[in-house]
Amino acid sequence: MHTPYMSIRHGLLALLERGPSHGYQLRAEFDAATGATWPLNVGQVYTTLDRLERDGLVAQDGEPDADGRIAYRLTDAGHAEVSGWFASPVSAKSAPRDELAIKLALAVTTPGVDVLSVVQTQRTGTMATLQEFTRLKMRAGDGDDLAWSLVLDSLVFRAEAEIRWLDHCEARVARASAGRPQNTVAHAPASDRAARR
Amino acid sequence: MSDPMLLLSGVTREHRQGDSVVHALRGVDLAVHAGELVAVMGPSGSGKSTLLHVAGGLDTPTAGAVLVEGRDLAQLSAAQVAAVRRRSIGYVFQDLNLLPSLTALENVSLPLELDGSRGGLARRAARDALEEVGVGHLAGRFPDDMSGGQQQRVAIARALVGPRRLLLADEPTGALDSATGEEVLRVLRARCEAGAAGVLVTHEARHAAWADRVVFLRDGVVVDQSGPVAGADSLLATGGGV
Repeated sequence: MHTPYMSIRHGLLALLERGPSHGYQLRAEFDAATGATWPLNVGQVYTTLDRLERDGLVAQDGEPDADGRIAYRLTDAGHAEVSGWFASPVSAKSAPRDELAIKLALAVTTPGVDVLSVVQTQRTGTMATLQEFTRLKMRAGDGDDLAWSLVLDSLVFRAEAEIRWLDHCEARVARASAGRPQNTVAHAPASDRAARR
Repeated sequence: MSDPMLLLSGVTREHRQGDSVVHALRGVDLAVHAGELVAVMGPSGSGKSTLLHVAGGLDTPTAGAVLVEGRDLAQLSAAQVAAVRRRSIGYVFQDLNLLPSLTALENVSLPLELDGSRGGLARRAARDALEEVGVGHLAGRFPDDMSGGQQQRVAIARALVGPRRLLLADEPTGALDSATGEEVLRVLRARCEAGAAGVLVTHEARHAAWADRVVFLRDGVVVDQSGPVAGADSLLATGGGV
């Protein structure tokens, strides 16, 4: 329950970065952004919005409309939470890999997010994980315990695949932005990584 | 910490192509200490091979300084730079590392003999270096009679023979299958833990992960670094190389 909730939570917050929205609209936008690979029901959306409101990350925006639907907007804490999510890597140990795909899908459609920074942050995070697995291999020695060593290899190759996919994403984003001078992948306001480039 | 074995400080390398200027490297800072293996990762055209050439005194930066064992290469004569290359720096490339008409032992002792060592001393040092990478028994073999992995071990031995302590490797496992490549990286890593300083240029994340630190290069700029990972010490039985 923990990890899907975390992804829905951050997914909805990222969508609200575009402006106030109500639950039905958020569900449709989430499905559109992620290609409906992870369809949400509207109950999940409203439950999540309730918790986000309880946590002070969103607030109701004005009165309910004629159909009784309530729009939500991000609070300052909500904006900070979105920036923090995009600025930090997904941990391979604690989250489903889907969260990363969803994060990138939202990054390319959310205004003001530096997608290349998101990609690099993740690549560094995944590389750190890959280094940890490789250190475990070093310690395991060369062929002393074949079974353990093969399990470690599976983790190593999975992390490597993620990095290769990130390389691919980076090339695609760079190509897309070369074709369109004005688009969403230009600069991240809240990224010190961008300043270092 | 002691002085780094290799220090790049604000290194920029420009190439002129007609009227335009191509920046192969832009303001790169990098320090590599004894006992440390640093990987440089980046796509083709990111400047990683230029970085290795500049670090090894094979190319000269347009701006910035390159120090090998504390000596600023720009302050040395061409002959002195050549001496630094012979005595301090060893290279390992993807292939074509060894002279085919010489045995493993002769390949490894050659740089020492070119530097003026007597034959007996050079051969003894070469034999030690071959033992250290686990191919002492192949001393009398010619490169064509060795596997790719064995040849790369001999190349590592030659890179670190005698007083040499800085190893610059450009895709050293590129021509090998993954299991053999891993054995070569294990040897590279072990030589660094034994006191050498290594720079490993690669576009393969799995290979870069053998390093203590991974430097990400994009368009000639260091955009990020990975490791040493917080908490990773607890995963390490030995503190070598950290």
